[in-house]
Amino acid sequence: MGKNLVGNHIRKLRFNHDEMTQQQLADKVGVTRQTIVALEKGNYSPSLELAFRIAHAFHLPLEEVFFYGDDPTQ
Amino acid sequence: MTYQEKKSIVSIISAVLIFGFYCLYMYPQYPEGALESPEAFRFWGSFVLILTVVSIVAHIVISIIFNIIYRMTTREKEPKFADELDKLIDLKAFRNSFFVFIIGFLLAMGSLIIYQPLHVMFMILIISGFVSDVTGSATRLYHYRRGV
Repeated sequence: MGKNLVGNHIRKLRFNHDEMTQQQLADKVGVTRQTIVALEKGNYSPSLELAFRIAHAFHLPLEEVFFYGDDPTQ
Repeated sequence: MTYQEKKSIVSIISAVLIFGFYCLYMYPQYPEGALESPEAFRFWGSFVLILTVVSIVAHIVISIIFNIIYRMTTREKEPKFADELDKLIDLKAFRNSFFVFIIGFLLAMGSLIIYQPLHVMFMILIISGFVSDVTGSATRLYHYRRGV
């Protein structure tokens, strides 16, 4: 399986949002915890709709949660 | 290991066990010396139909037992719905499973062209059905572990 080029800061953002658990985020955006695990590991690129839902859950614009290619904050 | 990964492994093991034990049970009942008689066709017809029913019932029972054991050991409830990742993986599993079965179906038809006995055709069809089932579960396991 090729490495996904879409990365994200979900793990860091969860930590910064009162140490939100994977299950809490999953419940907020309407997916299973397994999907949050896969997203954090970089094993899955979410649909545009799910990406927006996750960004809304953190009250952030999409590009502050997801990035394409190299991590711009590194 | 996550719920879906464990479930895929249980599914593979149960498919192998159900098919193995069912074949061992049915093998002695094959009508001796009547390779292409109506009795042989009846045997193959009942083999497939009973296997289908037994597989469905056994999978449901195993799934219920698995969920109970999963809840007891992890104190976590199994996912109640399939999200977009589950649906995508299901589609890939179904595609691979279907591909394997079609290959088996074509091989079964090919066996008739090269004048193989009818029981060879039935055996290829049944084995391809079994392999396609295992392929589907193995595809799920692969994608849940390695990503999509």
